[in-house]
Parts: sequence; structure tokens; C-alpha cells
Amino acid sequence: MSTYYAGLLADIGILTLGALSVYVILATNQLSLGNAGFMAIGSYLSSFLTVELHWPLTGAVVAAALSASIIGIVVGFPALRLKGIYLAIATLGFGEMVRSFFLVFSPTGGSGGYHGMQHVALGYIWIWTAGVLLMILLLERSHLWLQMRAVHDDETAAGLVGLNTTLIKVGAFGLGAAIAAVAGALFAHHHVYIEPGNFGFERSIDFVLAVILGGSTVGVGALAGAGLLVLLPEWLRVVADWRLAAFGALLIIVLLTRRQGILDRPLLARLSFRSAGT
Amino acid sequence: MTTASPDTLLCLEAVGKRFGGVRALSDISMSVERNRIVGVIGPNGAGKTTLFNLITGAYRADSGAIVFAGRQITDWPPHRIIRAGLARTFQNIRLFAGMTVWEHLLVTQQPKGNPLRSLVPLRWSNPAVAARAEQVLKFFGLEKYRDVLARTLPYGIQRKVDMARALASGPKLLLLDEPVAGMNHEEADELRKLLLRLNEEGLTILLIEHDMAFVMNLCHELYVLDFGVRIASGEPAAIRSDPVVLDAYLGSEAAC
Repeated sequence: MSTYYAGLLADIGILTLGALSVYVILATNQLSLGNAGFMAIGSYLSSFLTVELHWPLTGAVVAAALSASIIGIVVGFPALRLKGIYLAIATLGFGEMVRSFFLVFSPTGGSGGYHGMQHVALGYIWIWTAGVLLMILLLERSHLWLQMRAVHDDETAAGLVGLNTTLIKVGAFGLGAAIAAVAGALFAHHHVYIEPGNFGFERSIDFVLAVILGGSTVGVGALAGAGLLVLLPEWLRVVADWRLAAFGALLIIVLLTRRQGILDRPLLARLSFRSAGT
Repeated sequence: MTTASPDTLLCLEAVGKRFGGVRALSDISMSVERNRIVGVIGPNGAGKTTLFNLITGAYRADSGAIVFAGRQITDWPPHRIIRAGLARTFQNIRLFAGMTVWEHLLVTQQPKGNPLRSLVPLRWSNPAVAARAEQVLKFFGLEKYRDVLARTLPYGIQRKVDMARALASGPKLLLLDEPVAGMNHEEADELRKLLLRLNEEGLTILLIEHDMAFVMNLCHELYVLDFGVRIASGEPAAIRSDPVVLDAYLGSEAAC
């Protein structure tokens, strides 16, 4: 495989994880625009563990995910008081706060960035991506996921029919943060150099965009969205300088025609029915 | 003050609630005995829905105590109260927009055993949940709507789904908030028969209703509220001829 395609595939794997991190939080009707912050935490923490403390990479990824999930839960509690656009703005503030922290935090290089990580193979990235995606697909068939969907549809009613909405919403933030941290750890060990600028607002927006484009009501939507988000600008190179404008136009067309994103439950049901029939 | 006997499932002792300067409920005492059907009636704004919201923990009482199945639930959060064996329906139905009828019957059940089992696909972890849902689906005759998005169904069917969702959790006490609102006579009568069957199977029911004929034919006992005050209670026949009630409720309704 050429380095060019290997690079694109690595980007898709990492973006899929980032998109999934937004997806699980969005599944409880909370929009996070700050997941690049969790990604930064995972990125810096895992790099510090492998470079300075010589941890094995997998151990560092798991430790980063666990630490980020605790921070996610801490962020999730004040987020309970905010809804809709106010929550989105607050999470955006959180993301920028994390980025600025690493900008001035000298043990991890501050604005100069951090390096010294061992480069990981593409296969390793995709083992994580496939593993997390599979976990989400199984979770989608669980009772907990039904509870999350109930909170998504009508939080008040969900509470009044017996669901612990606080636990569900905060838990979603914890899980989302953990997945974003995994994405960050893999990103750091793929690029072997990180700087605070990698984890800006645009990164958080990319995650949200991948979910909205691919389908925000099904887990595989994150994969489809990430694939399109990485590949479309490449395929559109034929239109040269206009490719980003063309990409933007395509995005608007997709959202106008399919507000729920490209994939949704009825479409997946039809596809699986057809493949089962043949 | 009501005294709690072992047969008392739900007991309210001088419960009060105000919103700003408005006394929504003052010193309401009532008791619901096991295996009874009890109705709460009263004109609009009498405080009936507020009473339900206090019992289910949606609002917190300013004064008084609520005891359910021998336990003080006055300050419990809603999910804890519901898990103790109470379930409610909504005046405005409030079904989950993205869920099928079938999913409504799964979501309110609490999978038994290790809480981590709720993370595993339902099919593998808890077949009892599906069995219970199937049973409730059949009871309400909703089989043909099983995989339909519940919000797309006709109003009368949605009411049934709301009730089925509440019942799926296996409550000891079912709270119904205007169960026949918007239903025609046949639908209301069908519902009355369903509720009587549930009651025969041992379910205790507390309901709010405007439809007097429905209440009179169904309830064993009635409480009448007016402006947040309990003005009468007793058997339907006695309530029907109580001059205080006629004046406050039936009288005013006849006038308009």
C-alpha cells in the first residue's frame, strides 16, 4: 500500500473514533463541541507515558482513556444544567481551555510541541477503531442504549418512567471522553509529533461533521462520515482550487436531502434485509 | 391525619405545595389501599396533576409526608420512586419520538441481576425482558403495531402505548393522568374493562379523570379536590349526592 493511502486510512480510523466520541454523547441529546480537548488529554498523557515512563503503547492508551473518562464525568456534571446551544458553547470553552493549557504547560513542550513517540502501524490503529466500533454496535443493542435514546427523545418523561437521567447523561460524557482520548493517543503515535494546534476547535467540528454527515442515529454513521470527510476532498482534487468549495456544497446538499445523515435505522434495516435475502 | 394500616399502599399526610404565592395544594391527606381503584376528581386547576407530580417526585412537597409501600418517599428522585414499584402515564402522553411500540415496552423494565448486564445486547443478557414486553403487548392488543414508531399511531392507540409502557415496569401502583381524555365512548369502555382486569390481577390504580361516568363506573373510592383543598372523599355513590361536591364541581360544570 502506498504511503499516501496508508496516511488516508490512518486519518479515517482516527476520525472515526473522534466521531464515535461525539456520537455517544449526542445519543443522549447533548452536543459536545469540545471533544478535541479530550483528544488532547489522551494524546499528551499517552505520549508522556510511553516516552518518559517507557510504558507499552496499549497500556498508555488504556490509561489515557480511563483518565479522560474521569475528566469527562467531571465535565458532564455541570453540563447537566445546560441544554442545546448553551451546552455546545460550554463544551467549546472546555476544549479551548485544554488547548491553552497545553500551550503553556512546559513539561510537555508548551507551544513547541512534544515528540519522541514510536510510530505505530496502520493495523494497530484499525484494531482500536474496529474494536471500539464493535463495542458501540453491541452497546446499541443493549438496554442501556434504549435508556439513552429515551433521554434523547424526552428527558423529563424518561425520568418520570424510572430512568436515572443524571447517571445516563454523565456516563455518556465519560464514555465519549474515553473514546476521544483513544483517538488522541493513536493520533500522537501515528504522527509522532503533537502540538496544541492539533487540537483546536476545527478538530472538534470535524468530529461533529463526520457524525452529522454519516448519520447521527446509528454507530456505523461515524465510520461512513469519517470516510467521506477524509476521502471527498481527495477525490475532488480534479476540480483543483475549487475542491473545498465543492466539498462544502456537497455537504449542504446531503444535509438538505437527508437531515438524519446518510445512514439511518430504516436504511440499515433495508440493506441487511436485502443481503439476508440474497 | 390518615393512619397507615398494612393494607395501605400509598399514604399522603398533610401534603402541601405552593408555586410562588399560589397554594397549589394545601394539607392533602389521602390513602390508597392495596388492590383498590381510587379516583381523584375536581375542576380544572384543582391541583390534580400537581398531586401526581408530587407523588412521582417530579415536584418536591413543601410540607407533609408521602409514604409508599411502607417507605418515606417524600424526598426521593423520580427514578428511585418508580423503581420502588410505582408507574405513571401522562396527560399529554409523551411517547419517545424515535422509538417503536416494542422499544417502549422494553425501556421501562429494569433488567434483573448484575447492573453490568444492561451493557450487553438485550437478546443475550435478559430474555425475561422480552418475555414481559410480549405479555404486555398482547394484553393491550398492540401486536400489529409492534415495530411501528409509536408517535405515528392514532391518538387512542398512543394512549394504550403510554399505559403499556408504564405497566411493563411491573408496578404495584399505577397512576393514570386522564386516561380517557380524547377517547370516544367505545374506546373508554374498552379501557375500563382492561383496567378492571388489571385490578382483578392485583394491581392498585390511582387515577385523575374528568369523565364522570367513567370514574363512577370504575372507582371504588373517590377524592374530590377544589382549589388545592380536599373537599370530599368516599364511595362514588356518596360523592355523587354530596352537596359540597355538586356545588364545587358538577354545579359549576353544569353552569358552563
